[in-house]
Amino acid sequence: MNLHRTLATAARVLRQLRHDPRSIALMILVPCVMLLLLRYVFDGSPDTFDSIGASLLGIFPLITMFLVTSIATLRERTSGTLERLLAMPLGKGDLIAGYALAFGTLAVVQSALATGLSLWVLGLDVTGSAWLLLLVALLDALLGTALGLFVSAFASSEFQAVQFMPAVIFPQLLLCGLFTPRDQMQPALEAVSNVLPMSYAVDGMTEVLRHPDLTGDFVRDAVIVAGCALLVLALGAATLRRRTP
Amino acid sequence: MRAIVGTQARVTGTLDVLDHPAGTPELRSRIGYVTQDPSVYDDLTVRQNLEYFAAVLAPGRGRAATRRHENVTRAIADVDLTTHADALAGTLSGGQRNRVSLAVALLGAPEVLVLDEPTVGLDPVLRRDLWDLFHTVAADRGTTILVSSHVMDEAERCHRLLLMREGEILADGAPDALRARTGAETVEAAFLRLVDEANAS
Repeated sequence: MNLHRTLATAARVLRQLRHDPRSIALMILVPCVMLLLLRYVFDGSPDTFDSIGASLLGIFPLITMFLVTSIATLRERTSGTLERLLAMPLGKGDLIAGYALAFGTLAVVQSALATGLSLWVLGLDVTGSAWLLLLVALLDALLGTALGLFVSAFASSEFQAVQFMPAVIFPQLLLCGLFTPRDQMQPALEAVSNVLPMSYAVDGMTEVLRHPDLTGDFVRDAVIVAGCALLVLALGAATLRRRTP
Repeated sequence: MRAIVGTQARVTGTLDVLDHPAGTPELRSRIGYVTQDPSVYDDLTVRQNLEYFAAVLAPGRGRAATRRHENVTRAIADVDLTTHADALAGTLSGGQRNRVSLAVALLGAPEVLVLDEPTVGLDPVLRRDLWDLFHTVAADRGTTILVSSHVMDEAERCHRLLLMREGEILADGAPDALRARTGAETVEAAFLRLVDEANAS
């Protein structure tokens, strides 16, 4: 790995994005609009908004980064630029870290805006620190980037890549405890939810929501999400092949 | 061509490039490779594309950055795109994008340049200009240029020809020697004669 190559890659990905302001606007604004919508959907029950809103702050970056990364890396694969880069002295780690860094930056902006809006404008009532919310959101974004990178290896068109969203994200969304607490699910489903990373993202957010201090459960959740992200990133790196048929 | 660059999987046999087995990491900065389709980023300008690939080839700040900037400017001039340097690659014509792709390969002053059908879809004037560029690069920088082509009048411009048919090498030599050996007037006729001979035997 080489720091300059990683930074050059991240700068290049951000430059590509800069030529596409509409995508940036969608990525940044859609989560805020959704939270705004949600706030008034639950106008009569602010408690529900608190718990769902906090969970969503973790889920939005995951979904956005998943979509963006899977399409972006798929384009890199199909346009031939990936083959060209891998024929050059670029480490796979440089490429992946570059992508993670670029989209991570975007995720920071997105999460900061969404968190700020929820806390100070929409009156989301969080007991713990806003920084911890942001930290989980960031880890989620990293997880989304990792998952997107990984599934892009199994899609041969952008059409297929988009279909992976419902396949990979929706089951996690249903089982993560957003709709109903995980311990009230059918035991088999609860067991499944125990191995899905998004469950820990939502658990982490809930910990911040309920407790003023850094709890042991929060640290465990954060470590699990980060560990999953790194594991999937490593799997994603394995799908980047210098030699292809 | 891909086997030489080391991007082709499941290659059998041995293949040495510049005294190293094809695809070894050490070769990656010594070989330039242009794929059949232009592999550049459509949503970056010509200059931004080249700057990124230059940074991958020769990372670093300070003097390295200055050298990179010079290389980028030179490569853009080499392929005659100076007036389009700040245009998005995606808005260029097919031939222009091919030239951006070629400029990327010229960046690092590679010892071997592998070009997979570099002049497909280009107009005659551009084709001539590119071939002039190939000869200049070969003469001035001592670069070995390996070109694959279906078009036999392009083969006439090369110093050495390998005629391949269904994975077999039919002939190896200079165009003149090949024409003399087969008694044909053009390389195309020589190639066809060799194919017919191979089919007959």
